Amino acid sequence: MNQPLVPLSPLAVEMSWVSCRSLSCPSVRSNPLEGVTEPAHGLEADVLSWRASRSRLTAWRLTCAESGSLGVGSSRVLEAGPHRLKVEESERTEAPALMEESERTEKTPKDPSPLSEEQQHVPQRGERALQTGGSEGQPAVGALPQGGQEGQGSSPDPKVETGTETRSPPPGGPQGGVLRGPDLLGYVGIEAVLDQMRRKTMKAGFEFNIMVVGQSGLGKSTLVNTLFKSKVSRKSCSPNYEEKISKTVQLQSVSHVIEEKGVRMKLTVIDTPGFGDQINNDRCWEPVVKHVNEQYEKYLKEELRVNRQRKIPDTRVHCCIYFLPASGHWLRPIDVEFMKRLGQIVSIVPVIAKADTLTLEERTEFKQRIRQDLVANGIQVYPQKENDEDAEERLLNNTIRESIPFAVVGTDREHQVNGHRVLGRKTKWGIVEVENVAHCEFANLRDLLIRSHLEDLKQVTHDVHYETYRVQRLTAGAVHQGVPNGSDLESHL
Amino acid sequence: MTHFRPWNLLEKEYVGFATLPNQVHRKSVKKGFDFTLLVAGESGLGKSTLVNSLFLTDLHKDRKLLNAEERISQTVEITKHTVDIEEKGVKLKLTIVDTPGFGDAVNNTECWRTIEGYIDHQFEQYFRDESGLNRKNIQDNRVHCCLYFIPPFGHGLRPVDIEFMKALQEKVNVVPLISKADCLTPGEIKKLKERLREEIDKYGIKIYQFPDCDSDEDEEFKQKDKELKESTPFAVIGSNAVVEVKGQRVRGRLYPWGIVEVENQAHCDFVKLRTMLIRTHMNDLKEVTCDVHYENFRAQCIQTMTSKVNAENRVESPIPLFPMPTPDADTEKLIKMKDEELRRMQQMLQKMQQQMHEQDL
Repeated sequence: MNQPLVPLSPLAVEMSWVSCRSLSCPSVRSNPLEGVTEPAHGLEADVLSWRASRSRLTAWRLTCAESGSLGVGSSRVLEAGPHRLKVEESERTEAPALMEESERTEKTPKDPSPLSEEQQHVPQRGERALQTGGSEGQPAVGALPQGGQEGQGSSPDPKVETGTETRSPPPGGPQGGVLRGPDLLGYVGIEAVLDQMRRKTMKAGFEFNIMVVGQSGLGKSTLVNTLFKSKVSRKSCSPNYEEKISKTVQLQSVSHVIEEKGVRMKLTVIDTPGFGDQINNDRCWEPVVKHVNEQYEKYLKEELRVNRQRKIPDTRVHCCIYFLPASGHWLRPIDVEFMKRLGQIVSIVPVIAKADTLTLEERTEFKQRIRQDLVANGIQVYPQKENDEDAEERLLNNTIRESIPFAVVGTDREHQVNGHRVLGRKTKWGIVEVENVAHCEFANLRDLLIRSHLEDLKQVTHDVHYETYRVQRLTAGAVHQGVPNGSDLESHL
Repeated sequence: MTHFRPWNLLEKEYVGFATLPNQVHRKSVKKGFDFTLLVAGESGLGKSTLVNSLFLTDLHKDRKLLNAEERISQTVEITKHTVDIEEKGVKLKLTIVDTPGFGDAVNNTECWRTIEGYIDHQFEQYFRDESGLNRKNIQDNRVHCCLYFIPPFGHGLRPVDIEFMKALQEKVNVVPLISKADCLTPGEIKKLKERLREEIDKYGIKIYQFPDCDSDEDEEFKQKDKELKESTPFAVIGSNAVVEVKGQRVRGRLYPWGIVEVENQAHCDFVKLRTMLIRTHMNDLKEVTCDVHYENFRAQCIQTMTSKVNAENRVESPIPLFPMPTPDADTEKLIKMKDEELRRMQQMLQKMQQQMHEQDL
């Protein structure tokens, strides 16, 4: 058996099974959805990450099916179907503490009566929170995706996504643990909620707002076009685009709806022409800071309405890509000033632009120095250390943190290399392939931004940056007597 | 040395002063040459690397890289390195003037003032030495050429580039270069060069112009000269690292996608720059500095001094003044008034031009 399970006493297994079947628990009774860790806007989940979690589920299921029995007495517990009833009855005699928990299954006719009323609290969606924290009232650990009456027997055990790593066999009453897959008797089908969410997401589509900041000529528009493989930048969209240096920093945003495999994304690219181009660049970051805060303010206002929209239009900046010129030496004062100020209100991803002017050693040295400079100045770039939720994520983010800033090269031209058409820049001494990881780190940036961390970026914006802003505004507002210019603002504050 | 003997000249009619160039040559070789080069541009554009590549030396062995706090409050400094190079018996005393901190701060207003001040200071010093009593060992520290590095990332001249070159165009020979040209494809280089030439014309910046060839030079020389003129500003790449290409050891930069050879004319204009700077136009650069820039400075200096003298009726300078036709007070006042008017009209014109610009934007 190759599962990381603590060997359980038969009593513990049985009790845990019972509590798993019980779907409400002290903390859930008040609000059925409280145990669900996915907030409402999580409907806009990244389809791929859901698919990944689903595949993890499948893997779990397979391993459980392979291993069969768990330990002493478990075979008795884990048999699916008709045996369940019998087991339950025998358990009840052995575990008086469990009487406190309500028990509900669609199959068991007998329930401990005092708690039968709680059954109605269980959400009909089939999304059930797995609770074990009986006496301690521990909150649910993960949403167990569960389908309807699917299943008795497809395979024993949906995996529970758990925050607690170990379980000690509780002497009386389950405490501090989460039920793992093999403890459940039979397949519940919780994971089918993944499908439901996916369908909903695909119908609704989701939004992503990205801001690009840097001096003119660093390849911002080209990089954005290359990232999303379509002409989404300001350069390609405005009819009379001229490559002139504008006198003041202006922000221009362009929106597009991109569709891929049925998933629709409304992408907004906010460009900042004129940043850092003048002789005196004092305070050229102020229009940017103002814009970011304005978006937060808009969202806050919508959120505070009495009758608010079901889906608040999200114009907040989810990610800001900051372009560093490939000087090979260090961070310039203007870079430090900008990143200091904006690192606190938005997720910054610094990149080294036009990196085909640095050899590999120069690149490593430059990156090291930049990282040192960032630490020395107390600048927080994405992914921030505080937002790592678990060890797995921390590991992944540590590898990312060791290679930021990414050295990128962007282009929209294709050339023939070894019989393939690749995106690249052709010079007299060779072709720089943009998507070749040996040449530049564009692929890493794209994977980070789109394939793995898109949803995380949005969540960090919502949970961390927006909440900080909100707290500031609300406490300041309370001091200064009310929400500004809110004559038409319906607020319940 | 060939004795020029046209066959129809009798021996006694031959004078022999045709050997003069040789004599000059021998004397100069004994005396040695000196050359002062100023490099200006933002940090990280490859200035030091290029200078090392040009003169095959390592001038910055113990360069200290500042840390983050020191850099925030950086001002523009002037650092000088002198090195003596000898090749085939010819001695060259080379001085490289570097300008760390130029254009690096957030607010770069008038960051070129330090550099302007330095150049003026050298002129002033030479002026004093020249007018002094002991003129045997005058040290010529005047800046003969200024290499200005334009970053390849932009789309043309940036405001700081324009201001710098305009401030220094009357004082030194400005040679603009496109630095780190290995991040540009050949098409982009061409476009950028055209754009730069256009903008230099548009803003009226007087960069160093190559002198025209005499009509009696041979065709090859004329051709080369034409090529040289058409490829300004030069797009350069610098390196002193030796890499191996096709069995040959050349100076270049090694990338995963290829090797850039510094001395390959198809890759960059380094060879052209080196030819121009050292092999063909070094003397011309010095001459222009002496004859044009220095003389302008000197004339200005003297004029300010004499007008001061006139105003205060006292001799201030130690230099014996030659009787110069100085205008009397009334005409001077008139001249001053007209100057003021002219300046005001120019300012108005500029303002109108700016407004038109902004309307276009």
